[in-house]
Amino acid sequence: MSSLQHFFAMGGYAGYVWPAYAVFFAVLIADNVAPRLRRRRILRELRGRLARQAARVRRPPSSSVTP
Amino acid sequence: MSTWIPLWLHKLGSPPTFYRFAGAVRPWAMGLALLFGVIGLYGGLVLAPPDYQQGDAYRIIFIHVPSAWMSMFIYAAMGVAAFVALVWRMKLAEVVAMESAPIGAAFTFVTLVTGSLWGKPMWGTWWTWDARLTSELVLLFLYLGVIGLYHAFEDRRQGARAASFLAIIGVINVPIVHYSVTWWNTLHQGSTVDIFGHSKMPWDMLWPLLLMTLATKAYYAASLCHRARTDLLALEGGKDWVRQIAEAEAGR
Repeated sequence: MSSLQHFFAMGGYAGYVWPAYAVFFAVLIADNVAPRLRRRRILRELRGRLARQAARVRRPPSSSVTP
Repeated sequence: MSTWIPLWLHKLGSPPTFYRFAGAVRPWAMGLALLFGVIGLYGGLVLAPPDYQQGDAYRIIFIHVPSAWMSMFIYAAMGVAAFVALVWRMKLAEVVAMESAPIGAAFTFVTLVTGSLWGKPMWGTWWTWDARLTSELVLLFLYLGVIGLYHAFEDRRQGARAASFLAIIGVINVPIVHYSVTWWNTLHQGSTVDIFGHSKMPWDMLWPLLLMTLATKAYYAASLCHRARTDLLALEGGKDWVRQIAEAEAGR
């Protein structure tokens, strides 16, 4: 058995050691991705709000009443 | 010197200053976390010898124990921030407390799952209602309670205050988790590592564990900076400094 195979076999406990490490890294990656997506959503919504405000300033609501 | 430190702390409490500060700290903290993590895992998975009783299964310790320590450390940090938030009504302390909760919940979850994966081959069971395991599960529920209560309010600052109150009450569980193995007769073993005394662990296994502890601490700092920055953008959405950031990132 090569040393690399020996390493991955974890003395027969591969089925417990590697899933534990997989969970550890999966959770930390998710913890990093979540605020990144949230940040993008917050800024996108803010830009939308600013664009709507700017549109209202350019076209005052009174103009819609006149025929 | 006696005047500029309080002044600096006072300025740091202002959201745009903290936003910049956290943005400068985050890459360094993440860099340290990765550096310590890579060296620590190499030491733990490759260099450290197998345990004479547990073989290679004990190598789960290098993520299980640092995660368990973080689950308690972050809860204590959240409790302190929640206390500051309630007493001094400081917006930044609310942000730090509320953004610590998901990171702490993540580490608590990792602790429970890795512990379960370690318990199966060593104890012959995935789970047992042992004092240590049960109190750690209660810690997870406390974190989830804080997160849930925070989001249950329409007004975010009101939610943060209610959740801060729960966080402070829950601090009582941290010493219970820590001393559970001494107070009760548990299946979970007692502590192996003693920072102030003699650790019952050979140096080959101890140094990777300590490095992983530092790595998870640095990771918490990095993740907290990331989350707090994001949350400040949401809280301060109407302010000019946030608008400038939103417009600067419009192209992306």
